[in-house]
Amino acid sequence: MSDIGFVRADLVPAKPAPNRTTGAVAWAQKNLFATPLDTVLTLLGILFLVWVVPPLFNFFIGHAVGPYGTVEECRALDAGACWAYIYNEMEFFIYGFYDIPEQWRPNIVFALGALLLVPLLIPKVPFKRANAILFLVVYPIVSYFLLAGGVFGLTEIPTEKWGGLLVTLIISVVGITLSFPLGIILALGRQSNLPVIKTLCIAFIELIRAVPLITILFMASIMLPLFMPQGTTVDKFLRALVGVTLFTSAYMAEVVRGGLQAIPRGQYEAGASLGLGYWQRMYFIILPQALKHVIPGIVNNFISLFKDTSLVYIVGMKDLLEAVKTKNDSALEWQSANTATTGYLFAAMVFWVFCFSMSRYSMFMERRLNTGYKR
Amino acid sequence: MTTLDTGPTTAPRPSFFNDPVVRGIVYQVLVAVLLVAFIVWIVGNTATNLAAQNKSTGFDFLWKTAGFDISFSLIPWTRASIYWEAFLVGITNTLLVAFVGIIAATILGFTIGIARLSSNFIVSSLATIYVETIRNIPLLLQLFFWYFAVLKAMPAVRDSIQLPLESFINQRGIFVPKPIPDPQFGFVWIGIALAIIGVIVLRTWAKRRLEATGKRFPVFLTSLAVLIAIPTIVWFASGASVEFEPPVLERFNFKGGLQLPPEFVALLFGLTIYTASFIAETVRGGIQAVSRGQTEAAMSLGLKEGDRLRLVIVPQAMRVIVPPLTSQYLNLTKNSSLGAAIGYPELVNVFSGTALNQTGRAIECIALTMLVYLTFSLLTSAIMNWYNARVSLVER
Amino acid sequence: MTEVSATTQDRAAPHMTVSQTNVAIEVVGMHKWYADFHVLRDINLKVMEGERIVIAGPSGSGKSTLIRCINRLEEHQEGQIIVNGTELTADIKRIDEVRREVGMVFQHFNLFPHLTILQNLTLAPIWVRGIPKAEAEATAMHYLERVKIPEQANKFPGQLSGGQQQRVAIARSLCMQPKIMLFDEPTSALDPEMVKEVLEVMISLAEEGMTMICVTHEMGFARQVANRVIFMDQGQIIEQNEPEAFFSNPQHERTKLFLSQILH
Repeated sequence: MSDIGFVRADLVPAKPAPNRTTGAVAWAQKNLFATPLDTVLTLLGILFLVWVVPPLFNFFIGHAVGPYGTVEECRALDAGACWAYIYNEMEFFIYGFYDIPEQWRPNIVFALGALLLVPLLIPKVPFKRANAILFLVVYPIVSYFLLAGGVFGLTEIPTEKWGGLLVTLIISVVGITLSFPLGIILALGRQSNLPVIKTLCIAFIELIRAVPLITILFMASIMLPLFMPQGTTVDKFLRALVGVTLFTSAYMAEVVRGGLQAIPRGQYEAGASLGLGYWQRMYFIILPQALKHVIPGIVNNFISLFKDTSLVYIVGMKDLLEAVKTKNDSALEWQSANTATTGYLFAAMVFWVFCFSMSRYSMFMERRLNTGYKR
Repeated sequence: MTTLDTGPTTAPRPSFFNDPVVRGIVYQVLVAVLLVAFIVWIVGNTATNLAAQNKSTGFDFLWKTAGFDISFSLIPWTRASIYWEAFLVGITNTLLVAFVGIIAATILGFTIGIARLSSNFIVSSLATIYVETIRNIPLLLQLFFWYFAVLKAMPAVRDSIQLPLESFINQRGIFVPKPIPDPQFGFVWIGIALAIIGVIVLRTWAKRRLEATGKRFPVFLTSLAVLIAIPTIVWFASGASVEFEPPVLERFNFKGGLQLPPEFVALLFGLTIYTASFIAETVRGGIQAVSRGQTEAAMSLGLKEGDRLRLVIVPQAMRVIVPPLTSQYLNLTKNSSLGAAIGYPELVNVFSGTALNQTGRAIECIALTMLVYLTFSLLTSAIMNWYNARVSLVER
Repeated sequence: MTEVSATTQDRAAPHMTVSQTNVAIEVVGMHKWYADFHVLRDINLKVMEGERIVIAGPSGSGKSTLIRCINRLEEHQEGQIIVNGTELTADIKRIDEVRREVGMVFQHFNLFPHLTILQNLTLAPIWVRGIPKAEAEATAMHYLERVKIPEQANKFPGQLSGGQQQRVAIARSLCMQPKIMLFDEPTSALDPEMVKEVLEVMISLAEEGMTMICVTHEMGFARQVANRVIFMDQGQIIEQNEPEAFFSNPQHERTKLFLSQILH
């Protein structure tokens, strides 16, 4: 049976794939018309698009009234979105009742925030620790004095005047910044082998997670003043912040716990074998690894929090959604059939841009961290 | 060989401050004392504050007449009802919208989740656009959109838009014909029950036959036929009929028919559409969690696509899907509290809103409200623990 | 590499008969691309009934892809693959027909974790072949005894060791009473001490005259049971020969290099 012996003399060079597997036609065949059912679905999908896209296009762009349009144009029978309304009320949507000549102050806060946040988010940029301290500790203090004023000759602007996107951003940034350390402590407490501490942490976390945010906000806004000694007044803004922070910290604790559980036992044992105490072990060995692991979870928490800030409207705070709703209901000079719709769509777009970019960032980090763990 | 002394030896006790047990107790006592002090302080403050405001405390108010209107209620409600009843109305309204929402969101979410995995480019793109748009916009904003921009922007009652099947939509909600079954209709219910029993029997029989003879039986199609045929036959045989009482426009409002208030419709729409986007992601993740190798193994055994899905992929995917799915159901129930912002009389609105304002018993009202949600949550997690214990894959 | 015990080696070769006339698998001028990547190039292969073929080659050489094409877990774009007289095309009927007759064992076992061992084994016979449950279970127990783990029948895959799982996977394929078995690196994911138990099952299968194609790095196994060794690189068959000639006198430079790296 030596006839089965075979040695290839010349290697077959790689050929380009036949047309059937590449190119637009092959793509369409594979992705649009693979089976009869696919063909039907594709046709239905195209019909749906034909039905939906033109009206949407006309509403958003085609028949829409541009930023420099007039309310008369918006009131026209076939008018689409009234962007002129948004353009004219933009200041209110961003700053609320913040004094107009002082709006440079929030602007500086926005700019500073972006300046500190961007290098923090890009993994390659060095000085992460210094950057984080600047962003998490120095920046909030500077921002507070800049926004509230009353020092360094800045006019005092009470929190009642703050509003719009400014408030939405403040609540979410402060909420996440404060809930982060609180969440870490709760997560460590939940992992603790001291029964009293463990039980307390579990009870707090599970209670908060079981109830809707709105009830916690009610509690913060109605009951917090009752809890304080007589005569103390708690700023409304502060009440909302307390509610949001407590709420988020419980969810944060669960995210951190996931990270702690992902750290192999060997890491704890290695730390102990080096003679490190509990807090040293946590600070130098466990938390840096665990937190890096849960960055995507933290970002997802931030997205939820950012969306949930809209609930402060229910306890009478003036965030972006409140600003839009107020103008929708009260800006009589802009009243038209599409004003309210345009207003809500604008708010939706703002929220969407923030949340979508955060979720993309979270996915990017997830992919980065995953490959980091495999190799 | 000399034997070593193996008698019991006790390690020397560490000095008092270095004993981990002692340290642990000290920490815990410290925390407990601080906590108790904090609570005492809060309770003291609260008592002083309440006394200063001349407010009383206690749950006695639950048996007092409420004296306010609730726009929508499943159980009888009048101004003479007591606060306890208001509490129950709130719970039932919460449960109603949560129940309907969960069913709708499940159907929509599974459809979109499966569509996201479709090999058809248009179908999967549309599903992706839906998910990425909806889940990145706050629910409250979506509720406002449906309520203020869509439903409240509907024409006034006089200019109601007529929908098919004698239904109408206007500012005050959706009006549909109200089915009024005649007494004979009872037979149809019996017919439906019989059909369901028939299907169960059929399935058992088909399974037994498959196991005994290896012959397949088209269970799905026959079940469908049975479910449709038996009730229909009974319907005609018994001569049962259902009257539909259509809504009729009178001078100021519709009379008769079934009114779905705009608050309910908006909340239901918002909750369903929002939660469906999360359920879709859960479903997609669950199906993707079943490794490609499972499909390949099933293929190489010659199982056809339907059997592959039914016997290999779905049972495994469901284990992954069910826990997060349940927490989405819980989220939907908790999120139904946002109905308060558009005036749907659910628990938070009725009890932590109206009742609280009327009685001033803030602590009691909020505590009772939280207790209800806590109960929902504990019940759900108990069921989940039971489910997880039952289905978890056995490992070495 | 694991040496197989002398006793099994002794009773090998003689029983294995290769049909001279009946072709089990024929691959003619087959090419495959992953998008623009030319992964299999001009594959020509004729496997007679009862033949035992080992495919070796560096990773990425296309050997797994080749045997996955034989039961159409992957589709080819050019050339022909004919299995038991059925040419594989996009036709679902033909694919089902081929898959019923071709068993496959995967590197990572791919047992169904939600079913017991017995259910894993009877699933396809019941739903594909339409065999009564009792009969399917009897067959399943027979094959479990063959692979020497009947006592595990009611456990779940997760409770078994890797070697046991792979033996179950082999038994699962055998329950469909296939004419051809494909092995895709069946021992690569196993701990060294478990390799042997799996190889022994494969050897006893070979002795019964099963047509087999194995992608494997177990050169001892190849030497002992294969009647042909095929060496692949860069998506093509570089060299093939009887094991003795292949190992003692490789012709192609690539083959020599490969063998020098894996045989110490």
